[in-house]
Amino acid sequence: MKPMPAWSRRLLSRRLAILPPFLWMALFLLVPFLLVFKISFADLRFGIPPYTPLAQLEDYTLKLGLHLNAYYLLFTDSLYIATYLNSIKVAAVTTLCCALIGYPMAYYIAQSSPRARNLLLLAVVLPFWTSLLLRVYAWVGILRNDGLLNNFLLWLGVIDTPLEIYRTDLAVYIGLVYAYLPFFILPLYANLVKLDRRLLEAAYDLGARPFTAFFKVTLPLSLPGVIAGGMLVFIPTVGEYVIPEMLGGADTLMMGRIMWTEFFNNTDWPMAAAVTVVMVAILLVPLVIFQRNQLEQMNAGKGGGDAA
Amino acid sequence: MPAKGGVMQPDRTLKAIALTLGYAFLYVPIACLMVFSFNDSALMTSWSGFSFRWYLELFNDRALLSAAFLSLKIAALTATAAVIIGTWSGYVLARMGRFRGFTLYIGMLSAPLVIPEVVLGISLLLLFVEMGQLLGWPQGNGMFTIWVGHVTLCVAYVAIVIQSRIRDLDRSLEEAALDLGASPTRVFFLITVPLIAPALLAAWLLAFTLSLDDVVIASFLSGPGYTTLPLEVFSRVRLGLKPEINALATLFILVVGIFVIVANRLQWRGEAK
Repeated sequence: MKPMPAWSRRLLSRRLAILPPFLWMALFLLVPFLLVFKISFADLRFGIPPYTPLAQLEDYTLKLGLHLNAYYLLFTDSLYIATYLNSIKVAAVTTLCCALIGYPMAYYIAQSSPRARNLLLLAVVLPFWTSLLLRVYAWVGILRNDGLLNNFLLWLGVIDTPLEIYRTDLAVYIGLVYAYLPFFILPLYANLVKLDRRLLEAAYDLGARPFTAFFKVTLPLSLPGVIAGGMLVFIPTVGEYVIPEMLGGADTLMMGRIMWTEFFNNTDWPMAAAVTVVMVAILLVPLVIFQRNQLEQMNAGKGGGDAA
Repeated sequence: MPAKGGVMQPDRTLKAIALTLGYAFLYVPIACLMVFSFNDSALMTSWSGFSFRWYLELFNDRALLSAAFLSLKIAALTATAAVIIGTWSGYVLARMGRFRGFTLYIGMLSAPLVIPEVVLGISLLLLFVEMGQLLGWPQGNGMFTIWVGHVTLCVAYVAIVIQSRIRDLDRSLEEAALDLGASPTRVFFLITVPLIAPALLAAWLLAFTLSLDDVVIASFLSGPGYTTLPLEVFSRVRLGLKPEINALATLFILVVGIFVIVANRLQWRGEAK
């Protein structure tokens, strides 16, 4: 056998190096999603699996069965439409609240001395390392009618009757902001800490007041960080299941919850698949923004994206 | 600069308010949970005396203990696989330049960071169901299917952490080894891996805790007899307060907290050198 030339061997080993992780993600992320898309066009049936096949060969006839009933229901039933709108609203309000609380925190952490910065950042990351489920559970004990918050307010004499927060939308907002706040702070901090301070000083030298300097210099420059953090909050919140389930009422409509009910309680897999497809369709634009942002940050980093 | 000195005062007050309120929001719930894990009463509403009662109950709770054991096993297997695949893909992202399909590559690797977990859960379940129909394997869900779901989620986190670490590395060491005739594989294992060892450990721990905490993916991919710890906890707390879960949460948060703080001190000292 003729030995391979060195350059083609290098090319081959390069391909081999790239391929395995690619295959894992393609097999366990891309292909499964295509299957969801396929099954969203199936019809419910009794048996294993509980949905009709897309194509069937019968008496030398290929029968294609594209059932649109799941989608028909999804686009006409007012309950489903209310669910999408509410999921988007909840995610948008959560993102806004995370921005209002998280921006000042990220801003002041970035302004601290390196030593204080390390500690403050650690305190933001620490909850992220501990169980989300258990931290959300902590809110149950605080927000219940006979919970710590109500007891405290009653004891202070601020209120006479307990506030109804637990099992309402307000409790869901509190839980979501609490759970996702670190996701907003971290990318924004990473952006703010790299900000060129000379630009701010130039603004001050030119007579800008701190307020103006912030809105004309700092805020626009930190926008990529805000977008990265905002997407890290907005996208998963749209499909969040655990937090609305634990803190929300029966009438807290969220897409993740509806999908869960269709799948586990009604065993209507085609319907659950169709809800998933609609969810991803809604998230497509935010996902593209997020990916772009990731790519830009990668290129901005040291080494750039130039070919080796 | 006079302008700066003039604004220092209100800025400092604002800073104190923003940071105090922010951190209080993050930490008060955790503190409440911990304090009330020592409450003698079964209610989390009023303090009736200090006791270790719930910790004792926790250690006699067979269902919780076996669920914890299963979860630790899955988490260790997940973290190991995710670090291998994630480091591999992180290296590809950082050092292989642009290749055809780069955008798809990075898209697939970063999607699990944000995509709702219910989407990952249902799509993988449907994959395994279809595979079972076509290939007769896997027969039913269990540890393997949960493991695949968790690895797919964690690879994304590991890849992002590792690729940024590798990008920050000084390239000259790797290039020197290559110039001296070492093969790229040798360079990777003898030069790159030792240099990123702390990041590898951090990524392993991150994947471990992500797997240990996951409810949603495991709900879809677990089968009878494979109840992980979060599944067991979730089935108990979705209906209300369970004091033994307070005790569990306190232990969990303390162990993880000490770990993270020690790791941070070591890293800080390493950087200060």
